[in-house]
Amino acid sequence: MKQSISFKLNSKNVTVEVQGDESLLTVIRTYLDETGTKYGCGLGDCGACTVLVDNEVTRSCMTVIEDVADKEVITIEGIGTSEELHPIQEAFVKTDALQCGFCTPGMIMNAYGLLLKNPNPNRNEIITAMEANLCRCGSYGRIIEAIEKASKQLSKTL
Amino acid sequence: MKPDKIDELYFSDVNEPISLDRRDFLKKLGGGIIVVFCLGKLSLLDGWGQNKSDDALNFNAYIRVKEDGRINCYTGKIEMGQGIITSLAQVVADELGVPIDIVDMVMGDTKLCPYDAGTWGSLTTRFADPVLRAAAAEAREILFDLASTKLGVSEASLKLDNGVIYDAENPSNKATYAELTKGKKIVKNLEKKPDIKKAAEFKLIGKPIISTDAIAKVTGTAMYSGDIKLPGMVYATVVRPKIVGSKKLSVNASQLESFSGVELINDGDLVAVVHSDPEISLKAAKKVKVTWDAPEQKMDNETIFKYLEENISDNNTFQEGGSLEEGNTTSKSVLKAQYQDGYKAHAPMETHAATCYFEDDKLTIWTSTQTPFGTQDQLAKALEIPKENVHVKQIFLGGGFGGKIYNQQAIEATIIAKSCKKPVQLVWSRREEFMYDKFRPAAVMNVTSGVDENGKLNLWEFDIYCAGTRGTKLFYDVPNNRTRMFNERNIHPFGTGAWRAPGNNSTTFARESHIDVTAFKAGIDPLEFRLKNLKSDNMVAALKLGAETFGWNRKKKEGHGFGIALGEDAGTSVVMIAEVHVDKKTGIVTPIKVVCSQDMGQVVNPNGAAVQTEGGITMGLGYALYEEVMFNGGSVKSRNFSNYTITKFSNTPEIECVFIDKMDSKPQGGGEPAIICVGGAIANAVFDACGARVPRMPITPERILKALDNT
Repeated sequence: MKQSISFKLNSKNVTVEVQGDESLLTVIRTYLDETGTKYGCGLGDCGACTVLVDNEVTRSCMTVIEDVADKEVITIEGIGTSEELHPIQEAFVKTDALQCGFCTPGMIMNAYGLLLKNPNPNRNEIITAMEANLCRCGSYGRIIEAIEKASKQLSKTL
Repeated sequence: MKPDKIDELYFSDVNEPISLDRRDFLKKLGGGIIVVFCLGKLSLLDGWGQNKSDDALNFNAYIRVKEDGRINCYTGKIEMGQGIITSLAQVVADELGVPIDIVDMVMGDTKLCPYDAGTWGSLTTRFADPVLRAAAAEAREILFDLASTKLGVSEASLKLDNGVIYDAENPSNKATYAELTKGKKIVKNLEKKPDIKKAAEFKLIGKPIISTDAIAKVTGTAMYSGDIKLPGMVYATVVRPKIVGSKKLSVNASQLESFSGVELINDGDLVAVVHSDPEISLKAAKKVKVTWDAPEQKMDNETIFKYLEENISDNNTFQEGGSLEEGNTTSKSVLKAQYQDGYKAHAPMETHAATCYFEDDKLTIWTSTQTPFGTQDQLAKALEIPKENVHVKQIFLGGGFGGKIYNQQAIEATIIAKSCKKPVQLVWSRREEFMYDKFRPAAVMNVTSGVDENGKLNLWEFDIYCAGTRGTKLFYDVPNNRTRMFNERNIHPFGTGAWRAPGNNSTTFARESHIDVTAFKAGIDPLEFRLKNLKSDNMVAALKLGAETFGWNRKKKEGHGFGIALGEDAGTSVVMIAEVHVDKKTGIVTPIKVVCSQDMGQVVNPNGAAVQTEGGITMGLGYALYEEVMFNGGSVKSRNFSNYTITKFSNTPEIECVFIDKMDSKPQGGGEPAIICVGGAIANAVFDACGARVPRMPITPERILKALDNT
């Protein structure tokens, strides 16, 4: 039996007709065509699918769509654009904190969630918060640096 | 080129450009100035000389200055995170005297780009880069020629600034590239080596440039093969056996009836279901019962080393000098040891993916491949259609590392699409990725070394099982030596293949561990021992730079150790010095600092080179300390990142990269070299920190504790 589930995706109200047990990742990528969020492992072990649900860092591959009803989802598409990058995105670019780019949306969303809660994290707090996001190309050092830069930039603009 | 052939090449040193074939592009091209360049056999090594029999249709790099003044650069290479989308544009822009952002890179498209054997072996910067520079320089010469006519000034009086050619005496007398190219179609086959810029004239080469694809990647707009959505597309799920190499006996799909719209594909050993909803496709596939005939399980991750040694006798001698007998009798001490390395997965963050559709018998495909032209060949063969009917499109790859040259997913996707007559997307699950990874082979290295009373190496006997000879040409001066390679196809329980600097990670670990063992026995500091025994001046210079940058003689903190490893790969000399902390109670290793000093010839993009080096070190810490594929025969037990640990944020040390300054020389490899030294540098640092000599990678806490028990 299909049901209608409504939620907010990147400030827009959306409604999908679903069984309810589909993953949030499938819904945003396949049903709603926002492909910035990636499939990496399907078990919440890599973080490539990270999004925010009601401002909480969430693995979209492990979240069923039923649990997202009436909530607010933010994906990589919702925080900035090529013309107007979010300060975290800008810091990733300036630090060249990426290689193949496949883990990048998940990294940025996790960093976004971290900075919402803790605008001035120290290095260890960044590592702890980011630890479960994997980058096979090995850009961790630069990602930490980018988050530190973004944190400074954001506290300046506040 | 066939994946097998690439494998073979990959495990040895490749020091020349790969062959080309004849393709007809020119008719399809629009206007502008087009310079094609044939990368003829050894043309670069022979100082750019051209093969006389080549014609205008025989080339594998080209540049087009379009009528709007933008530059298109076409190459069969692909971008998988190694940064050539930036560094190739950088050299083209420098030669043409334009800003980098007006160069558009067209990469890996089989219809638009000239043939290329594949993106592997750290070949791009070594071989494609000089060719594109020459083509760009030639285009610049043509533009100067046109400008001279148009402006009525001799070429000698013309100057170039940001894509504008002007009269030096009268700067208002000028023409832009767009004006010069308008309405023209000039095709030129490069016949002689044009004047390329000298280092002193570089405006972009040698300058740190941020990746030009970064904005697309931070905004989620960069497209990968699984991001393509086609009208009417279905999602395929392949039904897999539990054991790699199983053959299909029978299929029971009776339970599929409860899923409406699901279609079964049953073609040879390929069983799959498709549906317009990926979730339904996944659920339905679980209901298909296949009976498989599984191969016998002959070895597991513990018994594999003995199995390889006992079952491979075929060998060939790669290098030889002096006499082993002489070395044995005249050495003050002779040391024997065996080093082992387990299977490793490539584990790119993007699993293998393909999206494709047929239009009549013409196939278009986006697929995560390092070999678009190889894919074209494989698909034409699998589908029995002409090669011209297969169009592999440009797309980003979410990591490759040598694992995406086999294209199994592309073959599967197209067979499914042909069968169901709909556009198909196939994205492998992480589990599938771990089964069909084409793992880096397990390897065994038996080493015997001898040293004389002066601390000079006198004997080096190196028997390598399954790791090839890439990077094993001796750069230490040893009068009595022999290196043999033992190998046999299909000895492994599952697919194996090329993994970032193939073989060289295993052999460098063995050699550099044993060099330290030998130095320790001789009572000589590992740095001093290497300097005493090296014969390569490049390596000596890189080692001195590395040791100075690291501060080899600085005081160590309690529980800390330093380790050196040297290696050669893709023309680059690599020196790595690592500092680790070892907790003697738990055996846990914490990487603290890694310095990498490299002689990679001309460094085109110091930023990109540093990113690649840091990446290689970070990834390399995984194989050195954590990564090991667990298996019993073809049953792969490592199925996800929860039981196959790669380097994480908390294991990442401080990394410092330094390069020998050689801006006027030829560029060498950058994507692979640094990673080869990680195992050896870590093993030696662990020994220095706690006295545990672990001859098997990964160097796990259990193995460290066991080695400590034995001391």
